[in-house]
Amino acid sequence: MIQFIVHDEDDSVGVVTVEGLKANDTLSGWIMDQDVLIDIKINQDIPIGHKLAIKDLNEDDTVIKYGVDIGRTISKIAVGDHLHVHNVKTKRW
Amino acid sequence: MINLNQKIYGYRRENNRVGIRNHVIILPVDDISNAACEAVSNNIKGTIALPHPYGRLQFGEDLDLHFRTMIGTGSNPNVAAVVVIGIEPDWTQKIVDGIAATGKPVQGFSIEKKGDIQTIADASKAAYDMVHFATGLQREPCDLSEIWVSTKCGESDTTSGFGSNPTVGNAFDKLYEMDSTLLFGETSEITGGEHLVKARCANDAVAEKFMFMFNRYQDMIERFKTDDLSDSQPTKGNIEGGLTTIEEKALGNIQKIGKKCVVDGVLDKAEMPTSKGLWFMDSSSAAAEMVTLCAASGYVAHLFPTGQGNIIGNPILPVIKVCANPRTVRTMSEHVDVDVTGLLKRDINMDQAGDMLLESLIHTSNGRMTAAEILGHQEFVLTRLYESA
Repeated sequence: MIQFIVHDEDDSVGVVTVEGLKANDTLSGWIMDQDVLIDIKINQDIPIGHKLAIKDLNEDDTVIKYGVDIGRTISKIAVGDHLHVHNVKTKRW
Repeated sequence: MINLNQKIYGYRRENNRVGIRNHVIILPVDDISNAACEAVSNNIKGTIALPHPYGRLQFGEDLDLHFRTMIGTGSNPNVAAVVVIGIEPDWTQKIVDGIAATGKPVQGFSIEKKGDIQTIADASKAAYDMVHFATGLQREPCDLSEIWVSTKCGESDTTSGFGSNPTVGNAFDKLYEMDSTLLFGETSEITGGEHLVKARCANDAVAEKFMFMFNRYQDMIERFKTDDLSDSQPTKGNIEGGLTTIEEKALGNIQKIGKKCVVDGVLDKAEMPTSKGLWFMDSSSAAAEMVTLCAASGYVAHLFPTGQGNIIGNPILPVIKVCANPRTVRTMSEHVDVDVTGLLKRDINMDQAGDMLLESLIHTSNGRMTAAEILGHQEFVLTRLYESA
């Protein structure tokens, strides 16, 4: 069963599409544009709709989703980390 | 595969536009005429009053927008006939004249020198005749491409960007090929993807007008903001749903214009398109404001993708909800018209999801009520540009 989806293989993030996932679960993911499957172990509980990092990111890196810039990291983020407003901010406004 | 060449059954109006609802509306010019409008609507069954909080001491572009919204709402093909009530005769007549250009029955009443009770009696008699007129009209066969379709998403989350928004995009691509008249907007929610919309514009003039509208909205935000807007845009619901930044939200939003549609023209708020194709309208991203503007621009059906479950409706424009979030469909099913959660499980593909939405559009056009209509959602919310004088 698909537990997270990635738009494009060059993206930094995937999105969890099922409820109830816990830290240390290994998730099955689907990269839509290339139609390939990947597995990633998550480091924290991640709610449905929220993002996991599928690439390691440094502080002040650009986060890519849909192949486009969606903001900047404000701390280091490792593969499998929950990526959201606590570690990523807008570059606008 | 859905047959998009099938006839739908709509109301052909005096100006040849096609409506899919047949409302008689009681339209206040201003806030202080709401009570009279609601009294008329209470007297005469089969009418809807559209109370709102504005219409006094507005000036300049904000007043122009008020008149465009009032006249556009009354002119909408989902409206068979209109009673207009205002405190004084001049602005009342201006709105009556604007609506009368469509050829539909419209009558204005003003309260000064008569009082509420006499005005309510006179307007009720007019509304009575209008309900007789409207309910005598028959639906007739029309083409699906005659149904003007707008879109706006709300309480979006990450499933909107994967599921419900590209479902609208797929439907828009198919409607665009049939020469439909389509609309999207939400100017602030293009932030981060403006280059993508610009690249989809039909020519340099359209691109330039789009960027003018985009930059005008950005300037307004820069002028009034007190922080990075992370407490309001994305909304708390967006953030709960997993959206992190305005850029991420915008890229999901833009999925609604599909892969093939070209942006053929750009409108200011509540302006009417002058030809077929896909139009961008400068507009608020707040759901009720945006959908009210779509109705004022002449659109008669609305496709509304949601992630966390926005429950909005509109009094004259049927709002069709499409959702790909399994938790929302499980907990708020009465608000969802089209369930595309299968997309996230790879049970259905985007083409099938688009067809499911178009099937719902056809049913809605033929008269089936939407979730929001059945639940009584009639949010009529006017956009203001600045303070009254």
